[in-house]
Amino acid sequence: MDLLSDLFLDYTLRTVALGSAALGVVSGALGAFAVLRRQALLGDAMSHAALPGVALAFLVTGSRAPLVLMIGAALTGWLAAAAIVYIVRASRIRTDTAMALMLSVFFGAGLVVLTFIQRQPAAGKAGLDKFLFGQAAAMLESDVITMASVGAVGLLGVLVLWKEFKLLSFDPDFAATLGMPTRRLDMLLTSLLVIAIVVGLKTVGVVLMSAMVVAPGAAARQWTNRLGVMVTLSALFGAAAGVLGALLSTTAETSTGPTIVLVATGLVVVSLLFAPARGLVWTRMHAWRSQRILALEAVMSDLAALAAQHSSDATRPHDVAALHAVRGRALVDRALGELAADGLARRHDGGGWSLTPRGLAEADRLARMRRTPDNDL
Amino acid sequence: MTAWLRTGDPFAVQATDLTLAYQQRPVLWDVDLEVPQGVLMAIVGPNGAGKTTLLRTALGLLRPAAGEVRIFGRPYAEQRRLVAYVPQRGSVDWDFPTTALDIVTMGTYGGLGWVKRPGAAERSRATAALAQVGMQAYADRQISQLSGGQQQRVFLARALVQDAQIYLMDEPFQGVDATTERAIVDLLRALRADGKTVVAVHHDLQTVAEYFDQVTLLNVRRIAAGPVEKVFTEENLRLTYGGRVAGIGGRGNGTPLDMSP
Amino acid sequence: MTSAQVDVLLVAVVVAAACAIPGTFLVLRRMAMMSDAISHTVLLGIVLAFFIVADLNSPILILGAALVGLLTVVLVEALSRTGLVREDTAIGLVFPALFSIAVILISSLAGNVHLDSDAVLLGEIAFAPFNRFAPFGVDLGPIALWVMGAILLLNLAGTALFFKELKLATFDPALAAALGFSPALIHYGLMAVVSVTAVGAFDAVGSILVVALMIGPPAAAYLLTDRLPRMLGLSVVIGAASAVGGYWLARLLDANIAGSMATAVGIAFILVLLLAPQRGLVATARRHRHQRWTFARQMLLIHLATHEGTPSEADESRPDHMQRHMRWPPDFSDRVIQTATDHGLIVLKNNQLHLTPQGRTEARAAAVR
Repeated sequence: MDLLSDLFLDYTLRTVALGSAALGVVSGALGAFAVLRRQALLGDAMSHAALPGVALAFLVTGSRAPLVLMIGAALTGWLAAAAIVYIVRASRIRTDTAMALMLSVFFGAGLVVLTFIQRQPAAGKAGLDKFLFGQAAAMLESDVITMASVGAVGLLGVLVLWKEFKLLSFDPDFAATLGMPTRRLDMLLTSLLVIAIVVGLKTVGVVLMSAMVVAPGAAARQWTNRLGVMVTLSALFGAAAGVLGALLSTTAETSTGPTIVLVATGLVVVSLLFAPARGLVWTRMHAWRSQRILALEAVMSDLAALAAQHSSDATRPHDVAALHAVRGRALVDRALGELAADGLARRHDGGGWSLTPRGLAEADRLARMRRTPDNDL
Repeated sequence: MTAWLRTGDPFAVQATDLTLAYQQRPVLWDVDLEVPQGVLMAIVGPNGAGKTTLLRTALGLLRPAAGEVRIFGRPYAEQRRLVAYVPQRGSVDWDFPTTALDIVTMGTYGGLGWVKRPGAAERSRATAALAQVGMQAYADRQISQLSGGQQQRVFLARALVQDAQIYLMDEPFQGVDATTERAIVDLLRALRADGKTVVAVHHDLQTVAEYFDQVTLLNVRRIAAGPVEKVFTEENLRLTYGGRVAGIGGRGNGTPLDMSP
Repeated sequence: MTSAQVDVLLVAVVVAAACAIPGTFLVLRRMAMMSDAISHTVLLGIVLAFFIVADLNSPILILGAALVGLLTVVLVEALSRTGLVREDTAIGLVFPALFSIAVILISSLAGNVHLDSDAVLLGEIAFAPFNRFAPFGVDLGPIALWVMGAILLLNLAGTALFFKELKLATFDPALAAALGFSPALIHYGLMAVVSVTAVGAFDAVGSILVVALMIGPPAAAYLLTDRLPRMLGLSVVIGAASAVGGYWLARLLDANIAGSMATAVGIAFILVLLLAPQRGLVATARRHRHQRWTFARQMLLIHLATHEGTPSEADESRPDHMQRHMRWPPDFSDRVIQTATDHGLIVLKNNQLHLTPQGRTEARAAAVR
């Protein structure tokens, strides 16, 4: 447990953990809306497009202050998003094409600006290349404070306009009929996505930051059917992935961005598999169980039909070879075994089967239930 | 001087000279629509006739190239609170993490104004509206877990919560089961008994006369409008559907006489 | 120009042409973002293949990259088929994960090999001329030129051979399936080609420029033509021109070549977006202005026709009524009425506008549309 004690004692580790937690909360909470609004790839485009902003901000101001670089990143990220929306609206180019185009063009322009910086006296250039893959170890207290403050503004925005953003994401037309300025709200919520991205750029890097926006939300969606719970969970998942990933990368000396992304991906995989009600394991088991019940009911009704042909003695044994032929031997035998175990059917000495009186009553009840029209379907 | 002031009787919904084009391609050409208060009106016409467009224009979602829509004699923006909207099923995100009760509560958002969150009062109103459409047992269900008819009833409940005077509905009967269809018809009649006005885009020509008092036949231009018994004639239908309707009772060649299952 | 410059330009043009061909189909099939995903994940294939063969120049690397490219597609589809996440989210989850694994694997090798993730993202075409293909001591030019030349030929041959199938599967997958061409097969074939092209190209130009060259030129070409063969040809030409222009831009600014080429692609796209003869913004604005007049005249005629002979005609046909009801500015309204009068479509009598027979015919024709 060296890591744990280091976490409380070691200044760098504590800074890294705090910063990554802040980044995770912000990108998780704001990213949840991006996932719901199908903006996962827009996030990718915007984070790549942040590169020229970072480089230009440094080139123009000569400052490496986190806030300055974040503002630069936000400006070009936002500009790319606006360009995508405009190109799609004004021409026949579709969204996916506009996104891929802007992503690569902005990133390319960023590379060009970076070469200008590299030509400057060596003192200034260090650090900017870390924006590609991020470096948690380089995080300073001032970075953490800036990240937390910028992120807090974003979170506050979501809290204040909660019901507006919720309705906008779910049913924008209805929001418009209520008089909500949907276009401006849309722009605002997309701007908050930009905030979610720029907050993590220095830690995770432009290439992978989109995953931090998408993964926590995708994981959280599996656990709940309520927006409030989803956004909260998403923030928690984001924080967990951030802290765990950053600490892992510091101790294992791997790049921070990829490590955080892999932890977040792990959370997604676990959620997709094991979340109750939606998870794949759960739904598989559910499907398997209901299939078994259906088989039981089918065999029961078959036996009941055979019994009805011999009204004199309803519990007299029947040869199940016909059932084997129609429904398959394995299925029928398994179902008969379970019915017998439940006391609904019984095997006669000659090898024939029949329902017990209780089984007959149950089959009758099921048949009547099925005849009543289901009003809801 | 606008028309309704001259006639002295403000219509619940009145569109005058409504023209609307997408990329200069006309979807509505100079359409007039007059819906008196307290009637159930169907808007009927072939696909691409501009029915949904007409509704969306009335709701201020689309800006007409010419003409205007008035709600009780005044522009929609001033009368928002008097109008409720039931969108076409399928226009929302079904996988959204929200429950039936939550969706109905959204109907109260208009009255809340900015920032303020719905509280206990709003939720109890929403619960009551869910009960009104017989869906109280499903309040906590996620929407994709509901059948088509149930979903439609949830959206009707959301409109009821808005406590409006005018209800604009886009194909409320589309893809619903027989029980829901009866429930919706009962609901429409209850609304009319309360003096409310309903305008619904409708596809099933066979039920127009049974469900509605008034009908507007639309195909880019207004073909005819008025009481069903006067206007809903074979002649007008032929004009609307371009001669492809053999008769109201029978099926024409390829015309969607009955769109609902 | 020095021979190194000629080599760089040649490589750039061949890369651009090779990228433009599969890119055209990506754009048409609305899968442009798959180029972004695949161009990142092929790195994992290279790393894994490198673990096996321990040789950075082995063709096995290209095979590994192509396989991981396909794996990306398979994973994305499997994930969105669960219905638990949407397709865009699935892409946004899969490619960062695979790319992250690759980056971490590379950093664990750090120092042992010349393969670093920065270089993969950014590429360094300027080094292309120094890696020569010289079998038996005969210098045949840069290796990159041979590799990309082969990939270009492959893409050309594949497109020519399966042109009909590709076209059908792109524009009407249902019909393609009905005719017995498996759209899935064509889909995966295309994705394999994208992967191979991406891996061949990013060695020279970096993965981001691969995206620019795959998507930018076809996007521009899409604004210039409706015909698939012409779109393919234009994409190749625009891509090659951007590559050459980008190279000179880089020389001029003394900047990163791949970045400059991506910028040049952006500039080319903006130029086409503005100036394309039919779909350019300038042409569209001009056409809309013209259509606005025609449309306004038709509105006027139809309005008059609608109210002709009705009790409200006297009101509805006053010239000043048009301004109010059509919400036209007064001078616009005047001009519409004036041109309609000049064309002999309406006449003004007693402060009321009346349709001429010719105007009535035109109103009817317009209303039928």
